[in-house]
Amino acid sequence: MQLVLEKRAERSRTIALVSPLIAIGLTLITMSILFAVLGKNPIMALGVYFIAPLTDGYSLQEIAVKATPLVMIAIGLSLCYLANAWNIGAEGQFLMGAVAGSWIAVNTQGTDAGHWVLPAMLVAGAVAGALYALIPALCRVKFGASEILTSLMLVYVADLVLDYLVRGPWRDPAGFNFPTTAEFDPVATVPVLIEGGRLHLGSIIALVVVAGAFVLLDRTIKGFEIRVVGVAPRAARFGGFNANQLVLLTFAVSGALAGLAGIIEVAGPIGHLQPGISPGYGFTAIIVAFLGRLNPVGILIAGLFLALTFIGGEQAQITMKIPLDVTKVFQGILLFYVLACDSLILYRFKLVFTSRQVQSGAG
Amino acid sequence: MTPMPDPAPADPNTTHPLLQTIGLTKRYGDFLANDKIDLEVVPREIHALLGENGAGKSTLVKTIYGLVQPSAGELRWQGAPIRLSGPAEARSLGIGMVFQHFSLFDNLTVAENVALGLDGKEPLKAITARLADVARDYGLPLDPKREVWQLSVGERQRIEIVRALMQNPKFLILDEPTAVLTPQEADQLFVVLERLKAEGRAILYISHKLDEVKRLCDTATILRGGKKVATCNPKRETAASLARMMVGTEIKEVMPPAERRTTVPRLVVNDLTLAPAELHGVRLQNISFELKGGEILGIAGVAGNGQDELFAALSGERLVKEPGTIILDGLACGNRSITERRKMGAAFVPEERLGHGTAPRMRLSENALLTGHAASAMVRHGFIDAAATLRTVDLTTETFDVRKAKRDPEAASLSGGNLQKFVVGREILRKPAVLVVNQPTWGVDAGAAAIIRQALIDLASAGAAVLVTSQDLDELVEISDRIAVMFHGHLSEPLPRAEATRERLGLLMGGANLDRKEAPHAAGA
Ligand SMILES: Nc1ncnc2c1ncn2[C@@H]1O[C@H](COP(=O)(O)OP(=O)(O)OP(=O)(O)O)[C@@H](O)[C@H]1O
Ligand SMILES: [Mg+2]
Repeated sequence: MQLVLEKRAERSRTIALVSPLIAIGLTLITMSILFAVLGKNPIMALGVYFIAPLTDGYSLQEIAVKATPLVMIAIGLSLCYLANAWNIGAEGQFLMGAVAGSWIAVNTQGTDAGHWVLPAMLVAGAVAGALYALIPALCRVKFGASEILTSLMLVYVADLVLDYLVRGPWRDPAGFNFPTTAEFDPVATVPVLIEGGRLHLGSIIALVVVAGAFVLLDRTIKGFEIRVVGVAPRAARFGGFNANQLVLLTFAVSGALAGLAGIIEVAGPIGHLQPGISPGYGFTAIIVAFLGRLNPVGILIAGLFLALTFIGGEQAQITMKIPLDVTKVFQGILLFYVLACDSLILYRFKLVFTSRQVQSGAG
Repeated sequence: MTPMPDPAPADPNTTHPLLQTIGLTKRYGDFLANDKIDLEVVPREIHALLGENGAGKSTLVKTIYGLVQPSAGELRWQGAPIRLSGPAEARSLGIGMVFQHFSLFDNLTVAENVALGLDGKEPLKAITARLADVARDYGLPLDPKREVWQLSVGERQRIEIVRALMQNPKFLILDEPTAVLTPQEADQLFVVLERLKAEGRAILYISHKLDEVKRLCDTATILRGGKKVATCNPKRETAASLARMMVGTEIKEVMPPAERRTTVPRLVVNDLTLAPAELHGVRLQNISFELKGGEILGIAGVAGNGQDELFAALSGERLVKEPGTIILDGLACGNRSITERRKMGAAFVPEERLGHGTAPRMRLSENALLTGHAASAMVRHGFIDAAATLRTVDLTTETFDVRKAKRDPEAASLSGGNLQKFVVGREILRKPAVLVVNQPTWGVDAGAAAIIRQALIDLASAGAAVLVTSQDLDELVEISDRIAVMFHGHLSEPLPRAEATRERLGLLMGGANLDRKEAPHAAGA
């Protein structure tokens, strides 16, 4: 007896919709087992992770704050993935955006520069992210280098650049030797939406990005090109769409969005540049993109869900002494199940009983 | 496990049905692709399944092969009701199928391809030996060690047939097997089918070529609009009476091309030489021709002699360095993109309709946009005019009688022939100045083929230049003003229709050089 995957005759639309839910369910079961092994009460742990953060206003704001970079990055990534371009290095583009924007903040520090500073920082962050993303894209288009590897490797380069800057040239002289820039000036800071709260303008920008992506994919010829190139490359060429150009375009756009998310994060909730500004947003966003089915609205929901795991993870660490890394384990398992469940759209499981007859030659 | 007795040859005297469908129904949404179909196939019979495009033939055989789950009705195998969970189960019962579109890997050998399609865990060596045996036994020569890319279309189909035969089926389904074969290859196939029949197997045979059916088949079941309308003996019918049963009315004849006035050259190719883009492609060698407005030029030739490469160069999917190599309406455009060429009034229909001419998983309106975005008013300031794309779908549907389950379905859900009507209609309706079309009526039923051919003629009459590449010589002779032959990347001098006899074209397709053949003749005279 063996278990085989058999191709479905027709694509199952229902499964396309419920597959992310199945993946979440399986992840929760696996996590419960993991919690039990760690000696924690699974029900309580899941409660702290997924229910508690939804019950107070502070945590709800915090979820939106964390979801902001996730959603912005994932929207960009979804464009790449739809076009069959595999940008894995959003984390690096995020960091580079943060660095480039901070450069303006650091250089205008203490001057009486006006309100142009923040917009300039946002533009600089987006441009830097785009340029940084174009490196692996150009390598693929010109030399056929795998953009998966090059974009991933550039993450570590960006990480070290940031590290060097905040330990060296940009270090706050009054910062007790901590590797951080000085706190940004108010004109270099993303304003909060509610006085005294944490929710900031970036969340609005993220919503605009979601809406923009929806219009792009659904209503414009560029969005159509992106979708065709991914699902039917030969037909796309016949349509006159240039796959290489789209690799460059989608990488640039996703780099810009990641860079923008980076500078918003630094100029918003964090307020200065320092190492460790991202708990892996660029990688988690990959999960968000797939969990959201590469669909803008789906990504918004998925982004909020994964933000919840970050907040829940922090609370579980505080109240139940569950290590923070469990959150990463959770996210990894989730991606695994999402991709596995996606196979169910195209294939079905079947038990085969090996009572096959011996076949003799025909005739 | 004990070896079972050889299951294939049935008792010669049985006439009990081998396979029966009773009230078999397949529903897609509100649409009935198969509506209560009763079919009976007995051993030692070649049973034809006839019907217009979209009548439900492929759906029916896919159900019998376990690829499609029926919505209602029953399948019986040797009298006993069965439920198939998938093709593997159908194969284990003794049902084999040869699809119209091959599923072969170009870079694997024949034996490897066969091994991938078999269910058992037989080692490759044993498969190779058995493959050679079966191939020799049936007179289907195949070298198991050759890689598939080196093979002609006919040879590729042989692989599929041998693969099916190696499962020793009692019941073999062939879905439009001769659509892509040359007449000689088709004749070879018929010999094999007669032999299989003599061995006591049953064959279910789908084809749009009625003379073939009359020659080969013992029984014919005719479908119309998803329903069975008749079962008859095709040998006692005429092609016209069969067609009448399929359509319900008489089929229109294609009007012979009225005297057309040719105008200025609209498509000129000057000494086009192009190295293949793909590893196994054909090199185009010094191709030159001139096509005037009001004229239809046919290109004949066995598939794989450079037709695809020529199409890529003419369409602009591949660019040539020297702009003057290809001239569209007086403008050198060898290095211009396909979009620019469309804007200049050219339109293109590739041979492969799924995956090349259309994105299979996208809706028809999106596929209208695929080629229409360039020159039709479907895009304004970068935004898609969804209503305009739908209008194209509706217009094509109406003009070319495209049958489908709903207004705007995915391309892949259309029957083969109906999708063909769509991809051809989509371009013709744009009223192009130059139309380059490959295999315009591939897999299309007689009625729809007449509509398409008529539309090509009308387009030329209206002043367009039309280049038709086809394997179907009758079609080319019917509609072309001149016919050239492609062989090993060379294009022969076009022959006027009157001189393009089957014999001369056949010789050219085999690589003969008519000029040289005729020279000594002339000298002797
Ligand atoms: N997956 C599907 N979803 C919706 N409709 C479908 C699907 N598959 C087939 N159909 C519809 O069922 C009808 C019958 O299709 P089928 O492929 O059986 O036709 P056919 O007789 O083989 O035609 P052809 O000669 O063109 O190959 C078509 O109108 C088609 O649009
Ligand atoms: Mg069919």
